[in-house]
Order: sequence, then C-alpha cells, then structure tokens
Amino acid sequence: MLNIAGIETFYGPSQALFGVDLYVAAGEMVALMGRNGMGKTTTIRSLFGLTPAASGTIEFESRDLRKLPSYRIARLGLGLVPEGRRCFPNLTVRENLIATARPGQWDLMQVERLFPRLAERAQQSAQTLSGGEQQMLAIGRALMTNPRLLVLDEATEGLAPVIRKEIWAAIHTLKQQGQSTLIVDKSLSELLPLVDRCTILEKGRTAWSGLPGELDEGIRDRYLGV
Amino acid sequence: MTRLHKGALDKTPGATPVPMPRIQRETWVNWALLGLLLLAPMIANALGEVYYVNLATRIAIVTMAAVGLNLAIGYGGMISFGHAAFFGLGGYVAGISAFHAFDMTPVLSWPITMPGTDNLLVIWLVAMLSCAVLALVIGAISLRTSGVYFIMITLAFAQMIYYFAVSWPTYGGEDGLPIYLRNQFPGLDTNDPLTFFLICFAALVLALAITARLMQSRFGAALTMARLNETRLATAGIAPYPIRLVAFVISAVITGLAGALFADLNGFVGASMLSWHRSGEIMVIVILGGVGRLYGPLSGAMLFVLMETLLGGLTEYWLLFLGLILLFVVLFARGGVMGLLAGRARHE
Repeated sequence: MLNIAGIETFYGPSQALFGVDLYVAAGEMVALMGRNGMGKTTTIRSLFGLTPAASGTIEFESRDLRKLPSYRIARLGLGLVPEGRRCFPNLTVRENLIATARPGQWDLMQVERLFPRLAERAQQSAQTLSGGEQQMLAIGRALMTNPRLLVLDEATEGLAPVIRKEIWAAIHTLKQQGQSTLIVDKSLSELLPLVDRCTILEKGRTAWSGLPGELDEGIRDRYLGV
Repeated sequence: MTRLHKGALDKTPGATPVPMPRIQRETWVNWALLGLLLLAPMIANALGEVYYVNLATRIAIVTMAAVGLNLAIGYGGMISFGHAAFFGLGGYVAGISAFHAFDMTPVLSWPITMPGTDNLLVIWLVAMLSCAVLALVIGAISLRTSGVYFIMITLAFAQMIYYFAVSWPTYGGEDGLPIYLRNQFPGLDTNDPLTFFLICFAALVLALAITARLMQSRFGAALTMARLNETRLATAGIAPYPIRLVAFVISAVITGLAGALFADLNGFVGASMLSWHRSGEIMVIVILGGVGRLYGPLSGAMLFVLMETLLGGLTEYWLLFLGLILLFVVLFARGGVMGLLAGRARHE
C-alpha cells in the first residue's frame, strides 16, 4: 500500500534523512520507532509533502506521491494526526470534525461512538478541551477524512495514563476494523502487542525492520535506548 | 467545491443532537443595533427630518461594504487593501447605466447592442457580476502571495483601476459622473428617502444573513481553518487556495453591491469611490467594529458615520479624533465596539 524507499530529506542545507525505507501493506499496522531526532517526524513530513524528499521513492497504492501538493496527497487517502494534538482551537469540536470530512464509513456518528467525550463536547471550542480530548479530536478529524492509511504521530505522548488507555483502546478498535495505520510512538509495551511490523530509524536511516516478536533486548538497547 | 456544500454542518445525518445554545449577549446586541438602524430613520421620517433618513441609509450602505470586507479580513484572514475597487466598480456600473439610460444611448454597441437601464435589479445584477469577475482576476493573482505582499498587490490593483477611471473622459474622468435621476426599483418609489433606506436595509440584512449562513457551513469552517493553519487544512485534503478565492469573490460582490447603492444615494459617482482612502475607510470600519464579528461592521459604521457627521461639523480635523479612537481600539479593545458591547467572541 505504502512504499517508501531510500528517501533523503533536507531542512535547508542540513540533511535529516539519509535513506529511509518503510513499507505498509493494506490492513497492516506498522510502528515507526527510534529515539528522538532520528527522523520519524521528518519521514512523515516528507510523506505528506510538507518537507519534500529530495530523492528516493514514495508510492501510495502505486502512485508517486513526490511532487504532489499536500492536499492532493491527503485526498489520495492518507490521514495525518500530527504531533502535538493539532486541532483548530477556535472552532468547535463539531466544526473541527466536519469541515474536512469526506464520505466513507467514518462519519460523525462513528467517530462519536469511538470517542464519546467528543459528542459531549460537540459545541465547545477545541481550545477548551483537555489535552487528551484534543488528541481524540485530532484522531477523529483524521478519521473523518476516511483515510485508507492513517498516520499517527506520537498520539499518546504527554497524556495522563487514563487518557492514554482510552486512546490505545481506540487504536485497538481501529486495528480490529482492519484500518491500515502507520504509528509513531515510544511506548513499546503498548505498541508491540498491537502492530504487525516495526521499523526503526537511526540517524535518518532505516536501521532495522522486522516483526515485533523479533525485537529482542539487543535491538532495543542499541536503537531505542530502553 | 462540491465537497463543501453549504449546510452540511448542521444537517449531517447520524449526528447526535446538540442542545440549542441559549441566546447570547452578542445576539441581543446585534438585534438592538439592527433595530436601532431600522427604527431611527422611521421616526426621523415621521418627524420630517429627511437628513437623518439619508444618514441612516449611508450607515446601512457603508456597513454593507464593510460586511463584505469583513468576510475577507475577519473570516478569511485576507487583508485586502483594495476593496475600493469593488465599491467603486459597483458605483460606476450604476452611474454608467443611468448615464446611458438618461441619454438614451447604448452602453455597448458592439458586439451586441446593450442599452442603458435605470432598473435597479438589472444594475445590481450587472454590478455584482462585474465585481465577481474583477475579484476572480485580482484574487487569483493576489492570493498567490500572503502577508504584506497581499496587502500591497490588492492596493496596486485598486490604484490601477482608480487611475483608469480618472483618465477616462467618457464618464467624467476626474470630475465624476452625476446620476440625475435615481435608478428605479420596479413597483417602488426610490426617490422617497425612506423607501430607498428600506431597500438598502433589506440588502444589508440579506448580506448579513448570507455571511452568517456561509460561516456556519462547512465552507466557513474550512475558510477559518485556512486562516488559522493552512498546512493542517492541506493535510486533511483540502486546498486552501480555492476556498480563499471563493470567499474573496463573495466578499467583493457584497462590497460591490454596496457601491452601487452608494452611487444612487449620492446621485453621483466619482473616482474617489475607487481611491485608497476609501479602502482604508472600509478597513477602519471593520477594525472599529470588531474584526471577524458578524455585526462588527454595523457598530463600526455607526460610530464612523456619526463621528464624521458630528465631529466633522465641529472641526475639519475630525480625522485626528478618529485616529485616536482607532489607536485606542487597536491597543486596548481588540474586539472593537462589539468587543466592548458584547464581550469576547465565542472563538477568541
């Protein structure tokens, strides 16, 4: 479904990615891991054309994504939940959800069933939500575009344990529904039982790829520092 | 644009019902202002004070021009410093049409013969269409830039049109063009000040209703998103550019219609309607009233026109006081008059 091969990305003169390979098959949930500053978010920015890759291939369902503007990439069926719960603070919860919706199985009812708190807060402006609720809103907003591939960047970072649990439960539900997902996160204990495959980045390169069961102590020590 | 059909926001099937929010203070303020604008000229008319009826008409028209600009600046974040181009174009459509109708000469003789008309419905339609086309061109080019460049390029376009009008002798050039007989609305006597006020008032209410409806729609939410963060909007699959362009065109059409009414109110259209002072004046009204507040333009225009009339009668340096008030608003009352009367906006 998604095939990223050998991409190199620069921020101005400084190179951030030196050859990232990443593959997501339809229906798969793939974890993108690595310590801070190893290029996870840059990979996602390149995927969405926000910081275009200078070389390499990015293909989604056999279509070349490089050189497409972000909105076209999103329209092809990629949904982004950006790092740091980016909602539109001045809009209400419902406006946030509906403005970018596209037809498909995910509609307001489905999203509000997944996150009942969003239904309770439908008319509140997004900035009055707690951090966890904003994260739910960001995920809900992405789901409303009915993406064939959902990309979650640090969806549980900096949230209270109770909320994290709720969000992981929602991600579980997505997994059961066969939602293809690329997920960036640091909590291995939650991630490993959930995902089908893992890719680890180090210094802007794909350093390791494999099944979660193969991710042994050695690899964890070496690449993840845990 | 099919994805952004109007009204999706509150008619989405399957949405859990949300209780109606109770009527807020801002709504009361809005109705009070609108009621004041409607009642004052009626009372003045009953007392035979035609001057005040015309003053209210002026407020209604200037408000409408600012309602248009507010859509661009307040909701769309497009700081257009060239809306006088649309205000003036609307005015010139009314003026030129009346000029030919009076002279019984055709407006166009090639490729088709188009006679002048004094029918307001036709004039308004032509004024709105011309403004839409002009805004499409100006917007398509200007919206490729942002920030201060957008301000400058919209100003540049407006100045081009201003100098064109000044140097085109057929329609008066620098001297402007008088409208000897006010254009006619079928079935109504537009020469009656109160009737003409009511026409303008109805147009204003329509413009407010359209703006409100638009901003409650999915289109409005997307426009707000484009203002707040266009990257985030783009990663959700919506291109910000066409949304802004459509909003810019609608904004220009509203301001253009106000221009057509303004020309008929004054019985005169001149290049001053196209000048950058006029763009600034409309912008000042938007800021005074409260940027991005639906009724901000109404409160701003009331304050502006009253100051112009009252202070302008006392001293020719009344703009100094306007400047001081503007300074106060920008420094201490960011919500403008609406902010003072109705508190902070829901979205602030």
